[in-house]
Amino acid sequence: MNLRCLHLVQRNFLVWRKLMLPSLIGNLADPLIYLVGLGFGLGALVGTIDGRPYVTFLAGGMLCYSTLNSASAEALYSAFSRLKVQRTWEGILHAPMTIADVVIGEWLWAGVKSTLSGTAILIVMYALGIVHGFQPLWVLPVLLLVGLAFAGIALVVTSVSKSYDLFTYYFTLLVTPMGFVSGVFFPLHQLPVLAQKIAWVLPLSHATSLARGITLGDPMPRPFLSALVLVAYGLAGLALAAHIAKRRLTR
Amino acid sequence: MKRETMVRAEGLRKIYGGREVVRDVSFEVGQGECFGILGPNGAGKTTTLRCCLGLTLPDGGRLELGGRPVPLDARRARYRVGVVPQFDNLDPDFTVTENLVMFARYFDIPAREARARVPRLLEFAGLGDRGDSRLDSLSGGMKRRLTLARALVNDPDILFLDEPTTGLDPQARHLIWDGLKRLVAEGKTLILTTHFMDEAERLCNRLCVMDSGSIIALDTPRNLIDTLIEPIVIEVYGDGAGAWARGLSPGSVDRLEITGETAFCYLHDPVALLELARATTSLKLLRRAANLEDVFIKLTGRYIRD
Repeated sequence: MNLRCLHLVQRNFLVWRKLMLPSLIGNLADPLIYLVGLGFGLGALVGTIDGRPYVTFLAGGMLCYSTLNSASAEALYSAFSRLKVQRTWEGILHAPMTIADVVIGEWLWAGVKSTLSGTAILIVMYALGIVHGFQPLWVLPVLLLVGLAFAGIALVVTSVSKSYDLFTYYFTLLVTPMGFVSGVFFPLHQLPVLAQKIAWVLPLSHATSLARGITLGDPMPRPFLSALVLVAYGLAGLALAAHIAKRRLTR
Repeated sequence: MKRETMVRAEGLRKIYGGREVVRDVSFEVGQGECFGILGPNGAGKTTTLRCCLGLTLPDGGRLELGGRPVPLDARRARYRVGVVPQFDNLDPDFTVTENLVMFARYFDIPAREARARVPRLLEFAGLGDRGDSRLDSLSGGMKRRLTLARALVNDPDILFLDEPTTGLDPQARHLIWDGLKRLVAEGKTLILTTHFMDEAERLCNRLCVMDSGSIIALDTPRNLIDTLIEPIVIEVYGDGAGAWARGLSPGSVDRLEITGETAFCYLHDPVALLELARATTSLKLLRRAANLEDVFIKLTGRYIRD
């Protein structure tokens, strides 16, 4: 392990800083609209879930879903721009940097940046009085694991993509269905048993379980296993993405 | 004192999809040399450069860059190397100065030191007052010069330039050439690909001609012209030039090439042919010394490569 990957994190941070304000507003507005729209709109029909207002239940899921979306967008669209459209990676590889340095840098950056999106939701939860005190802050490291897990998976898709087209399929065929079976919008136990079994193979159900456990005090069936699943997805995705990118770029 | 060998390729081979695009390429470039790689499109020039830099993995042969084995130790070798790629990959989200400072970070150069290097680099590139400019406000020539400045940010000993002046107007090309000559005068080693023969003749101490993946000639520009081609060319054009040239008796020129309505007559003694051509008044004549372009065309043919 070396620190060269941090050069790329620094590069992406410096670019992000220039566009920080619109980026933060987007980070905040999008999940906020979901939270308020679904939480209070749908919540009026749903009533309570496990004895709490629907918006409270939903907020716990949105912490992860927002982080997932942000990590995916960064590691798909933005990373692909730097890989192919802007040739940023190519330039960096002319310096004493390796493809692994670049891919690890993108992975870390997408993880950190997406944690900010999740943090924005947490701030809204505090503002709405859904959470109180210091205990919910322990969700922040979990959000980083969530971001890194989905950044790793997304980088695999990026490293095999020839154009942006594949990313639409990734979202509609993988991310959206995963959102529905992972307890983001409604509780997992409403699903058929088979679907529940599938859900526990996916990283997002582990993410929502941890997030609701920490912020809302819900029971966490296997917290350490859940954290391990997130780490495993992140590292496996990273390793595979680095391997594919190396084969693609050194041809 | 023997000069250090900065780049060495021995029997380099690269295969794409069963097709050998670099075949048994060998050359050495010594410290302070400007070495040119000429060749038509698809000759394997860029692939050869990328292999030398450790960016493309070769299928055979041995490579050394700055004394280090490549690709094994390519990353460390690149600390001493600057690269001007064929297509600009400047960072469009950064200003001119930010591009230079950020690129220096990839060489582990501290930001403070990188910023101290910027004024000299901008001056070298003729961009002294454009440090704060956004990239999209620069002309093509300015971007190319910025790319050259960026390649110097680590004060490299070896510079790789892949078609450094393609697409530039004559003024911009001359600016780049002046810069490159200064770098050679400072003792830097340059390896450049080009398909501009005047560029190669002006800048390179030695050059090789590549075609279909192989080196087919390697020498100084002067020696290539002296040994590979007849010294004098008479270009005959105008109405009926093609038919006139085809009717010439075999002994009247050493070598004859006809493209469309222009005949290129290569010979040692032009007197007889000039007299013969002047007798036909519709013909126009251009007499000149043979140059590198004639060598190139003789070696690689006149047909179009895509």
